[in-house]
Amino acid sequence: MNTTTQSIAQVDRSRRRLPPELTILLVLVGISLTFEILGWILQGQSFLGNTQRLSIMILQVSVIGIIAIGVTQVIISDGIDLSSGSIVGATAMISMSLAQMGSYERALYPALTDLPVIVPVAAGLLVGVVCGVINGFLIAYTRIPPFIATLGMMVTARGFAKWYTKGQPISFPTESFAAIGKGLAPVLIFLVVAAVMHIVLRYTRYGKFTYAIGANRHAARVSGINVERHTVKVYAVAGLLSGLAGIVVASRGLTAQAGMGTSYELDAIAMAVIGGVSLSGGRGSIAGTLIGMIIFGVIISGFTFLRLDAYYQEMLKGVIIVAAVVADMYRQRKRAKA
Amino acid sequence: MVSSKIAAAIKQVLDATEADGLLAIEGIRKEFPGVLALDNVKLRVRPGTVHALMGENGAGKSTLMKIIAGIYQPDAGEIRLRGVPTVLKSPLDALEQGIAMIHQELQLMNWMTVAENIWIRREPKNRFGLIDHSKMITMTEELFTRLNIVVNPHAQVSELTVAQKQMVEIARAVSYESSVLIMDEPTSALTDREVQHLFSIIRSLRERGIGIVYITHKMNELFEIADEFTVFRDGKYVGTHSSKDVNRDDIIRMMVGRDITDMFPKIDCPIGDVVLEVKNLTIPGVFHDISFSLRRGEILGLAGLVGSKRSNVAEAIFGVTPATSGEILVEGTPVVIDSPSAAMSHGFAFLTEDRKETGCFLILNCLENIQSALITRSHVKAGFVEQSTVTKLAEDMAATLRVKTPNLYEAVENLSGGNQQKLLIARWLLTKPRILILDEPTRGIDVGAKAEIHKLITGLAAEGVAVLMISSELPEVLGMSDRVVVMHEGRVSGVLDRAEATQVKIMDLAAR
Repeated sequence: MNTTTQSIAQVDRSRRRLPPELTILLVLVGISLTFEILGWILQGQSFLGNTQRLSIMILQVSVIGIIAIGVTQVIISDGIDLSSGSIVGATAMISMSLAQMGSYERALYPALTDLPVIVPVAAGLLVGVVCGVINGFLIAYTRIPPFIATLGMMVTARGFAKWYTKGQPISFPTESFAAIGKGLAPVLIFLVVAAVMHIVLRYTRYGKFTYAIGANRHAARVSGINVERHTVKVYAVAGLLSGLAGIVVASRGLTAQAGMGTSYELDAIAMAVIGGVSLSGGRGSIAGTLIGMIIFGVIISGFTFLRLDAYYQEMLKGVIIVAAVVADMYRQRKRAKA
Repeated sequence: MVSSKIAAAIKQVLDATEADGLLAIEGIRKEFPGVLALDNVKLRVRPGTVHALMGENGAGKSTLMKIIAGIYQPDAGEIRLRGVPTVLKSPLDALEQGIAMIHQELQLMNWMTVAENIWIRREPKNRFGLIDHSKMITMTEELFTRLNIVVNPHAQVSELTVAQKQMVEIARAVSYESSVLIMDEPTSALTDREVQHLFSIIRSLRERGIGIVYITHKMNELFEIADEFTVFRDGKYVGTHSSKDVNRDDIIRMMVGRDITDMFPKIDCPIGDVVLEVKNLTIPGVFHDISFSLRRGEILGLAGLVGSKRSNVAEAIFGVTPATSGEILVEGTPVVIDSPSAAMSHGFAFLTEDRKETGCFLILNCLENIQSALITRSHVKAGFVEQSTVTKLAEDMAATLRVKTPNLYEAVENLSGGNQQKLLIARWLLTKPRILILDEPTRGIDVGAKAEIHKLITGLAAEGVAVLMISSELPEVLGMSDRVVVMHEGRVSGVLDRAEATQVKIMDLAAR
């Protein structure tokens, strides 16, 4: 029977298309195997066989990974967030300033030391959400392009982070605050965030609305979706996750500096794009971004492993980002022809 | 010997020109996915004439013009320019071969000056190879004098009125020494005075031997400016006549004359109480004082030409672009509808006119498309969509409407137009609407799917749904509606009962 004339009454679930994530996974496997082979040839040892190296690799990318999860849903809704790196800087400063030990005599707020860990965490998350809500409001209600709104926030939040202590770093956190970023904790945080967002995007109304707005804003509105309100929510969630990343970064470094998170926004966007999240909205998944993130990690640790110049690393990163977007365009054009 | 050969060749070309006129279109066919837009049409334009192209909305006029202007490529057929078969590869190619089009949506660059717009890509250069602005201005002034156009060449296009922009476009077309000029409803945004000025320019172009193809809906313009006219209907050629030989009724008959077959299975069903009442709905400059009522089980047709703002009225009622004044009453109670979401809570559903632009989520799958409206209101618990229930509802509805797709996980962009339309109807039926607004429910879909959708609409009315149906196809309006509201330029120009409504009466009210 010709499948196109088959009635819907006989629903055939097995004929779902191969997900684009599979292609990206193959790219990841290809890159990993290349390093593995080069490893044996140049170094005489295995690249993938070293679990310590792999866990360090994941650790390196998981903080940006937290941001990338937030950015993924922004891009799916046909937006962009350039402010995440600066929000990391701002929230790192705020949360650290409320997390200092009482025994440190030059604390920023001497009256506010040894606070329970919930205080700096809540403050950091709150600042992140506020930044995100401002982004969302500007984009939804003044109709300025997301690129411009978040560019403004990027510059402003960075300026705020520098102003906060006039450029001085903040250090000496309480032990409980320092525990947040210790060891493999960031990886765990990332995994929880990714799992929650995966479920949210797939099974909740929030997720359905996000894809719908990205796929066709006007149709979403006519379907009864409050596009403006939802846009604010999406950017608020992105801000929240940037705030979370800021807390983790500060905690892990045991110090907060105004320059923390610089250019994280670009790496996060790159992870999402490499993971198949379409910059024209409506397409992409957390699974894809996860793979994109690991590709990033593999490249960084692979180059270190081969003792190749770090400059090559950056150049290759750039090439891969462009290649990922070209691949996305190609996929879309093929669809348009079909 | 040689010269006689050349003379013979010239004579051959001249003979061909004599037979063909300036531009000859023969056997053109153009198919879009799911719809045959042009089927073996022809058109012949003689030099120094204004040739009007007439037809209902969707007759294929604009498609043919886009083919002549090099925007679309025909699937079959021949275009001859002065007797020579020609392929028009792109708009630029057409322009260079002497065919210029003045679009309905003007195609000027807003932030550049008038002179820059006219001479773009052909700017005069000085001896350093830089653009010679003063020469460009002089050239523009000369051109404008020749055409009797009064527009400042230094002005930015964004500052011009629509009429002035149109003059600039015409001047640009003339500056290419075009021999064929296509005008797609050039007067739709002009005042009477501006129209007269435009006509005087058209007449002077005609005297210079230019052939003008003039698309219009307006009868009086046809008789005032056109020498000949050709009528299309449903993508087919109907006839060509001199405008002196016919009257208004003849043309209307040519445009609409066709039999209504059993395409429209209208069943008479009991009509109940008034569900929707619209009073003096107005958006200044768009539509004014729109009033009508709609009853349970009734299908109310909303007819009118393109530009009569029917869709704007529908969008206002559904809260997409709310009206600035006027009242909407649902079952006798005044309601405030400031967003689609508010409209839905009063039991409205709205199938938009443009399936691809404002209806479907093309890149998402069928299920996501069907459920999008439903889950804004129900079937969500603690933020989670009750997916198995919703999927079951969607599957049942898709089966009822006989949507043809391999499965519900197929991307909607891979479906035919008719099936996309059924999916959108399914989306709205899941919300159990009391008032269903349909804007061009069967546009661009094949005949079989059309009949199915008509049957569906009638069935819904029989179940007590109140239907407001906008349609540009008169047979559809006549075949489906219990009453017809006709709009003309943003106002209601008449209401006809099923018994008294005819194609000619509707056209009469719509075209004025």
